[in-house]
This record gives sequence, structure tokens and C-alpha cells, in this order.
Amino acid sequence: MRKFAAALAPAPALAQSPAPARAAALVARAEHAVKGPVWGCQMCGQCVLHSTGLTCPMNCPKTLRNGPCGGVRPDGHCEVKPEMRCVWTAAYERSERLPVWRGHIDELRPPVDNRLRGTSAWINLITGRDRKTPAGWPLGADVET
Amino acid sequence: MSRLERKLAAREFVVTAELPVIDGGAHAEIERQLAPMEAFVDAFNATDNPSAHAHCSPLAVAIGLIQAGVEPVMQLSCRDRNRLALEADLIGAAMHGIENICCLTGDDVSAGDEPEARRVFDLDAPQLLSLARTLQRGRYLSGRPITPHPHFLLGAVENPGAPPYKYRVRRAAMKALAGARYLQLQICYRSELLERFVRSAAETGLSERVALIPSICILRSVGGMRFIATRVPGIDVPPETIARVERARDAESECFEIAYELASHALAQPGVAGLHFISFRKDAGIAKLCARLGIPPRVERETNGYSAPVAV
Repeated sequence: MRKFAAALAPAPALAQSPAPARAAALVARAEHAVKGPVWGCQMCGQCVLHSTGLTCPMNCPKTLRNGPCGGVRPDGHCEVKPEMRCVWTAAYERSERLPVWRGHIDELRPPVDNRLRGTSAWINLITGRDRKTPAGWPLGADVET
Repeated sequence: MSRLERKLAAREFVVTAELPVIDGGAHAEIERQLAPMEAFVDAFNATDNPSAHAHCSPLAVAIGLIQAGVEPVMQLSCRDRNRLALEADLIGAAMHGIENICCLTGDDVSAGDEPEARRVFDLDAPQLLSLARTLQRGRYLSGRPITPHPHFLLGAVENPGAPPYKYRVRRAAMKALAGARYLQLQICYRSELLERFVRSAAETGLSERVALIPSICILRSVGGMRFIATRVPGIDVPPETIARVERARDAESECFEIAYELASHALAQPGVAGLHFISFRKDAGIAKLCARLGIPPRVERETNGYSAPVAV
């Protein structure tokens, strides 16, 4: 019980940080409390669950954001963790079953912004921070062949 | 423009092959490895720590191949380098006139002999293709200009023999969208899966946009086949294929027969732009296999023309 209470109490660094940062950290904590148990959320801070059949690609040992690697086992399990079903095998099947966002799996997702790790993807979605890509990353019509 | 790019643009049949890994022996070793197969091959893959085993770097081998007078395909995998290192190697390749690039995700470190290493995967293969295209347009990922901008023929790999089978063509299409102009397909011992992939690529128009190059592996022993089946991620070898080599009196010639059968099958698929050979034989066996398949040496193909016997 004490352990549980300690987990809920703000971390010392959090207690000392300014109010907006504290609020953001609390939102991140709340987000993780919801998305962690449901989707195994790894708090990358730039959530793409809607385009991956509600399967978190950050659970792939290679953290691949754009589909399965070539090492998927014949039973659809992971090359690295044979006991685990390949994240992308599941993502593909689930995206086919979703009533919405079905084609989004085919979109090219940009590289992860490693600075966002641990921050709230909810806040980053509202502020648009999660869609900010490096200046050289091809955008929109630019990626058409 | 590289020979490979020119031939693919002209829809000429191409033969690529994997240069066996280089560990020592400098240029003489590269030349020794090239000798038995050079006459048939348009471009040689300089591999990037295949199966997560460390070897001479693909950039160094690709430079060595240019110095030996042959055309390299430089593989780059996402396993060992972050985006800065990948950009550096691509710009380094361009500096040495290496244009053919093959972008891979890479086998995991757990498949190799140093499984304690840190895996990087800062990017994945479609993102790496996109990054290479950004460089080609004269900018680093940051947007910083590169003058003059490099020129590449970008390609990637895809595995028709790994689940989710139905999704593989869509993933290949994503790679084409990201800039791939050819795909070297992973070794596939289940010919029905290769057939399914290639047909689906033809139906969706993908093989019009990206050249499909199936890989054919020439093994020489049942041990080698078991290694491929159990230790190389993503290659499913049917038990009957292994049993066939086990039963054979001469394992090496049985392995050759299997390679021949798979190659003839691959050649007969619609939209196949060429073949990629990976040989574990001492004499490579690529010349012998090409001769048996009726694929003339490179110079002869260039002089007299050649097209694969596509079954419709």
C-alpha cells in the first residue's frame, strides 16, 4: 500500500519544477496510467496508435514505425522475442478490422523525435508538436513518386 | 548514372550478387572473391554486417569494389547507426562515386555473435530511404544544404516469405513511395509465397514502379541449409527441402539443383527484373547457374540483348 501511495506522489523533481511543467508531467503520468495497461504505451510522446490498428509500435524490439521487419517467424511471432507476437502482424490485422483509419497504416511515418520521450502525446497532439518534423523531412506532396 | 540504374531504366535484365564478407586480405581478397562470378554480374552487394556479425564496413568494401573495376551496391542497415552516421556514410559513398544504395532495417543483434551489443534502429528502412532521398535533393535532414547534391539509385529489400504475407506488397509499396527503385527480395524457399508476392505486385502496378529482384541462394551442405533455416531470421525452409539434401549422395549438387529450380521458377514470374545471387560455394557456382538458366555473361547480354522467359 505504501508503495502504491509513493507511486502516486509527485517525484521530487516534479515537485520543484514550475507550474506548467508540473501540469504537463501530471498529464503525462495520467496518460501513461491509461495507455500503459491498455496498449503497452512506451511514452514516445508522438502517438501513432490510430494508424497502427491501435497497436503500439514502440513495443517492437527494433521500435519500427513503418511495418514489420523481414525477420517475422512463420508463426507470426517476433524475431527477437519468439514468445511475443510480432507487433506489426497484430497491427496489420487490427487495422484491417478497424472501422476507421484503415488505410493510415500505409502512410510513411517520420522518424521519432527522441526529445519527446516521456512527454505527453496528448499535449503534443494539441500543440502540434508531435507533427513537427526536421526541415529536410519530405512533406505531403513531396513524398509522391 | 550507374550501370544498374541505366539497365533498370531501360528495363534490361540485371544480375546482382552478394560479395562474400571481407575480414582480412585487403584488395587481393576482394579480387579473389570476384574472380569466379565477375563476368555475369552487373553489380555486387557490399553487405553491412550481415546476420549481425561484424565484418569490413560496406563503405570500405564498396570503395574496394570500385577500385577493382566493378560496380557496388552499398547496403546500409539501421541496426548499427543513428541518423547522423547514416547521413555521413551516404555522403561518404557519394564522394567515392558509389551510387547504388540498398536500405535495410537489419537483422537484430540477437541473431549475431555479439548479442550484448546495443541495437540502434534510430530509423527504419522506409525512413532511411526517405532520408537518402532528402540528401539526393541537396539537403541534410536538418535542412542544411549540400552542394552539389549527390546522386543515388535507391533500393531496399523485402521478404515475400515472412508474415504478414498479404501486407508485404503494401510494405514494398511504402518503400517505393519512400524512394526505392528496386527491391532485392529475401531468399525464399517457399516458391508459392514468392509467386503470390510477385503476382500481387504485378496486379497492383507495383512492379511497374519498382524493379523486383528475387534472391537465389547457392548452398553447399545440409549444415548450411540447417543454418539458414534455424539461424537466419525470416527464412522459412520447408522440412522436405532439408530432407532432400540430407538424403542426397552429393549434397553440394543437390543444393545446386534446388537453387536452379527456385531460380527458374523466379525467372518465370511476371515483372521480375533480374536475379540476385548469394553463394556459399567456393567457386561461387554463379557462372554455372547462369549458364544452366541460359543467362549469358554481362557483356554478351549488353551486346546481343537478353530477356527472361516470362510465363504469362
